[in-house]
Amino acid sequence: MSLTRQEVEKIAHLARLSITAQEMPVYVASLSSIVNFVADLSKVDTGTVPPMAHPLVGQRQRLRPDTVTEDDQHEKYQANAPSVQAGLYVVPRVIE
Amino acid sequence: MLHNLSIGALADLLATKKISSVELTRHFLARIEAFNPKLNALVTQTAELALQAAAAADSRRAAGEDSLLLGIPLIHKDIFCTDGVRTSCGSRMLDNFIAPYDATVVERLKAAGTVMLGKANMDEFAMGSSNETSYYGPVKNPWDTSKVPGGSSGGSAAATAARLTPVATGTDTGGSIRQPAALTGITGIKPTYGRVSRYGMIAFASSLDQAGVFARSAEDAAIVLQAMAGFDPKDSTSVDAPVPDYGAALDLPLAGLKIGLLKEFFEGLEGRNTALIEEALRVYRALGAKTVDVSLPHLPLSVPTYYVVAPAECSSNLSRFDGVRYGYRCEQPKDLMDLYQRSRGEGFGAEVKRRIMTGTYVLSAGYFDAYYLKAQKVRQLITDEFRSAFAKVDLLLGPTTPTPAFAIGAKIDDPVTMYLNDIYTIGANLAGLPGLSMPCGFIDGLPMGLQLIGPHFSEDRILGAAHRFQQQTDWHNCAPRGYDS
Repeated sequence: MSLTRQEVEKIAHLARLSITAQEMPVYVASLSSIVNFVADLSKVDTGTVPPMAHPLVGQRQRLRPDTVTEDDQHEKYQANAPSVQAGLYVVPRVIE
Repeated sequence: MLHNLSIGALADLLATKKISSVELTRHFLARIEAFNPKLNALVTQTAELALQAAAAADSRRAAGEDSLLLGIPLIHKDIFCTDGVRTSCGSRMLDNFIAPYDATVVERLKAAGTVMLGKANMDEFAMGSSNETSYYGPVKNPWDTSKVPGGSSGGSAAATAARLTPVATGTDTGGSIRQPAALTGITGIKPTYGRVSRYGMIAFASSLDQAGVFARSAEDAAIVLQAMAGFDPKDSTSVDAPVPDYGAALDLPLAGLKIGLLKEFFEGLEGRNTALIEEALRVYRALGAKTVDVSLPHLPLSVPTYYVVAPAECSSNLSRFDGVRYGYRCEQPKDLMDLYQRSRGEGFGAEVKRRIMTGTYVLSAGYFDAYYLKAQKVRQLITDEFRSAFAKVDLLLGPTTPTPAFAIGAKIDDPVTMYLNDIYTIGANLAGLPGLSMPCGFIDGLPMGLQLIGPHFSEDRILGAAHRFQQQTDWHNCAPRGYDS
């Protein structure tokens, strides 16, 4: 099975990745070879085996009380942001 | 020379005031200065912070404190957040990212008194088996600089093998500690899923990721793992179970230990690789261990299973990189969609984009059941087979990699060939099991690794079995030429 250029373009759009025209044939070929490689899984009879939920038997996701445990450090965190004004992240205009 | 000494020997020198941590730190910083330009093992050097931390460790010793790691230098893989220090994850995306907090692993090792020398190069977002996908260029293997060191923790492995640090941290999602440890002739352990906190460790595939250690012996690895392991409420996958005394487990006798030999690990294995493992088995039999043949029929499907599950989780985890809150942003975005697409398209490298797209595909409408759910069912089968095997044996033993280190550039254009390099390591990740690789000989002058895999939370038994082997053999003391004197 191989993927078409249109399929790869759709996947790239879903993943919000710009792919250049030069890169595109490389991804079409390599994604096709990966999809072929993992296709072996379809030959396995998995019967009624459930999809694995956790590697450790009986382990569950823990819950914690819904209380505030963090201090407000937005200035420190926003120091890494590409563009900030008045404590808000700035992006191109969304609503005209 | 200082750089060939174990943590125990260095701690003795520190405790008896024969050397200070500042002197020890200067020694390793000088080695980094001398050798890193050739190896590219570190992407960030933190000399000034290291000397401050060393001076603080010396003060703690002067005040009467004494512990094995107090004043011992180390290197962290650049996937662990380090407060105030760039944490790049080997990516252009995070080239400008100054972590605002410490990962729990970093925090615990800091509290133990270790001295961070710098941050290690790695495959971008830990996606790679050769350290060639790093934005900062490939790491070179100190045994032969035309060869890869393995990946994704290639910088941590190369730095430890070249004696630029006594120990280093790493992470292992499909073999990223064990495979580079094997290819650079050192010892590396991936603990049980949930044993070490992943808080502040940049996520790749959350059902597989685990942090671990590179060292030159199982004994040193045990000391560092002791300081890293244990419950952390900040990581929802962290397991709340007591951590055994790994040091005390090192000398347990091996008489009666049942070592399982996986049929699937030996089928098709190259003769010289088989011979090295046979030789290691002779050592174990002489120590009183017994060998038992076992089979995991679905194990050969580990690699395709992994290359559905890991990319699926990666595509979800890496959706956080949006060019808005931190990390790379493209120039002059014309609208929000353009900002997302170009920031991600330009910020991520080729392999990361390939994995995100693979993951997006297997999770997309119409394909989810056929790929993702199917892979998770096969994963359950493999995990059940491991569980049955551990009802019969204490440990599984086999190769870590099919071949020694390969040439830089040899596999980078063929992802499936590159993925098959992890054929012996991925099983342990799928089942959440602990695994260790240690040197067991050479092929064509390059080191080879022997892998031990145990049941969940058997790090003590694995480290003990490795330590007993290293008491009987000298492979772990072999250093690449030019780096031992």
